Amino acid sequence: MKSKNGLLTLASIAIALGIYSCKPKNAGNAVSADAAQKVYVAPGKYDEFYNFVSGGFSGQMSVYGIPSGRLLRVVPIFSNDPESGYGYSEETKPMLNTSHGFIPWDDQHHLDLSQTNGEIDGRWIFANANNTPRVARVDLKTFHTNEIIELPNSAGNHSSPFITENTEYVVAGTRFSVPPDNANGDVPINTFKQNFKGYISFISVGKEDGKMDIAFQLECPGVSFDLSHAGKEKSHGWFFFSCYNTEQANTLLEVNASQKDKDFIMAVNWKKAEEYLKAGKGKKVPVKYAHNIYNEKTHTATSEIRTEVTVLDTKELKDICYFIPCPKSPHGCDVDPTGEYIVGSGKLAALIPVFSFDKLQAAIAKKDYVGDYEGIPIVKYESALYGEVPKPGLGPLHTEFDGKGNAITSFFVSSEIVKWNIKDLKVLDHAPTYYSVGHLCIPGGDTRKPNAKYVIAYNKITKDRYLPTGPELAQSAQLYDISGDKMQLILDFPTTGEPHYAQAVAADVIRNNSVKFFKIDDNANPFVAKGEAEAKVVRTGKKVDVYMTAIRSHFTPDNIEGIKMGDEVYFHVTNLEQDWDVPHGFAIKSAANAELLIMPGETQTLKWIPEKPGMYPMYCTDFCSALHQEMQGYVRVSPTGSNVPLMFSTGKNLPPVEKVEKK
Amino acid sequence: MKGKLIIASIVLFLISCGDSTPKKKYGAENPSTSTDNSNPSYDPNRGEGKFSKVDVAATIDDAKASTGNKVYGVKCSSCHKLTTEKLVGPGWQGVTTRHTAEWIMNFATNPDPMITKDPKAQAMLEICLVRMPNQNISDDDARNLYEFMRKNDVAK
Repeated sequence: MKSKNGLLTLASIAIALGIYSCKPKNAGNAVSADAAQKVYVAPGKYDEFYNFVSGGFSGQMSVYGIPSGRLLRVVPIFSNDPESGYGYSEETKPMLNTSHGFIPWDDQHHLDLSQTNGEIDGRWIFANANNTPRVARVDLKTFHTNEIIELPNSAGNHSSPFITENTEYVVAGTRFSVPPDNANGDVPINTFKQNFKGYISFISVGKEDGKMDIAFQLECPGVSFDLSHAGKEKSHGWFFFSCYNTEQANTLLEVNASQKDKDFIMAVNWKKAEEYLKAGKGKKVPVKYAHNIYNEKTHTATSEIRTEVTVLDTKELKDICYFIPCPKSPHGCDVDPTGEYIVGSGKLAALIPVFSFDKLQAAIAKKDYVGDYEGIPIVKYESALYGEVPKPGLGPLHTEFDGKGNAITSFFVSSEIVKWNIKDLKVLDHAPTYYSVGHLCIPGGDTRKPNAKYVIAYNKITKDRYLPTGPELAQSAQLYDISGDKMQLILDFPTTGEPHYAQAVAADVIRNNSVKFFKIDDNANPFVAKGEAEAKVVRTGKKVDVYMTAIRSHFTPDNIEGIKMGDEVYFHVTNLEQDWDVPHGFAIKSAANAELLIMPGETQTLKWIPEKPGMYPMYCTDFCSALHQEMQGYVRVSPTGSNVPLMFSTGKNLPPVEKVEKK
Repeated sequence: MKGKLIIASIVLFLISCGDSTPKKKYGAENPSTSTDNSNPSYDPNRGEGKFSKVDVAATIDDAKASTGNKVYGVKCSSCHKLTTEKLVGPGWQGVTTRHTAEWIMNFATNPDPMITKDPKAQAMLEICLVRMPNQNISDDDARNLYEFMRKNDVAK
């Protein structure tokens, strides 16, 4: 009997697998004949869209052209980058400073482009760090990471860096609830319910300069805040966060955090929070967090440790937060372009709930609650629900919008994307993904004005999509044409790291603002050499500062003698070029970290501590001209106490010594 | 009739041929600022760029020359000496006797298209093998540099 049951179970698993995970026998069939024409961008022509793609465990952001899928650039944000010297040069090291010290890696999950009136304005893109909680701002004129702010009272900054429709705030939430920073964290893990809290940070963004500041934090029950999106238009002033582990499990979450039929979407009235803040209801709490800023004039970052944050207690200040029940461990929490519909994607659910902002407001006004969760009112599910999309697929994860009344949702378990109509909740189209899609991206697909020509699926599993490269494979992305009724797969392209959320925007919004070089006259680096006449070597005790210039195709100075063991040598290299796309590289034998890649008009510094006396060649690593190979020089290192005087030169053309002098 | 046809087919041949034949002797690093070098209107005395007529007074304008000297220090001295000695590029001594003011200022502000088509610039490229970089010199600074070159030539 028992074995019969077992067989039945096996059989039904097999059927389920057959339905949901079997890929078409020939995946090539899914591609129609005109696909090549749709994605072909001729040599010398530009793509129509920029696609900014999170790097996941690479810690960086990559930039692709769409529809070609060409990789344009990888922008270092949370991980150091030996190729550019980011995180290695003296100027950029402070960017990776935290209250835990220098942290040159993180897990970068989500990106959000800055908006004005709910439309992408092309000024900045924000990035989250999940592991050691941080939010970064990348300037889209330079594609440089210009600011990183750490988040106190937080762990697993996952529901971030989503923004409000005028970029008033970037939010950051806690995926791993923890005891607050100023409480004793040295408590038994199974005291989760008593000691662990979930914090949400509202980071204000300077209207002109983009400067970030933690305006306030909301202390919330200890759950896992997963994803979030801001209200739009009518729902501007509200923010929505998906929550899982409302079971408050602290072990084997796979099972223990999947017990309840419904977890929550938390609706946050942040305008109300602002009122409380103004009324002085915030509590100033001592904490430690780093705030790092890169200055494009000095080409130098500074890091400051800040020591206070203002916290609003959502248990006491009752009308800031409301829980809406949502099946089942929701991931995506997405607001449609009108601001009326909030789509929850329960990753273990077989339906998609769509909530109505108007109904939610009415329910709150009537106090139509079914109880509370740690002091936060729980709105009755049916009272906030607009309707459910029945049986759309298995494991909905994330939804983007086409601006024509439709939504497209990704389904991890059934490996597909599904288009459905928001008003009548009817499924319109299914398209398979290869394989196990995570996030989706439609250009402007989370704004008021989607530009819905394409949807891009970022898949978690690659398997047989590309030539094999050993056990590790690039994550695959897939591009679909969604301009017609049916979604049409037109391109596969590999990505770097593991993309989670991504953003895309029409190229014109970004490309005309791109900086081509830095004006040498504006260079305010304290170690700049504006012209070869200012090149010099200065000894201050054991510290040697080399003010060096680089131009096609020589360094000045390129001969340095009189460095001694025990010296700390700083090469401050200024690139004197004033034209687009003429970086110079700088490398010296035995440098223990990386090279420098110096953009035209920039100054960057490499610290070097020689390990033994001898001759150390240095050279330019970025092919710069026909005489690039000649762009080289020598540094002579002598023993401690040697009487070799400090000398430096370029092109002195001293007669070479023909014979070794005899003593 | 027949003759017209032949001419027409020759024209067609030339046009289609022109599409596939490289137009630039050494190619351009910056295609957006370069133009077709088959243009017969190119004036090798003036060069190509913004400057068609530069007013040069009989005496040296010391203020301009002094500013020009500063610009030289930041943007030019890495490659050009003030003597006749070639460094990366040619030494500047005598440059104002070899070229017109217009040519020099056009070349300083618009080097890439000129290297592609100017006979003197191409001859110099064969010697130096490094294309003179565009150092994004402003119109005023080009004039100041020219005055500094004149002063340098007078002094030598």
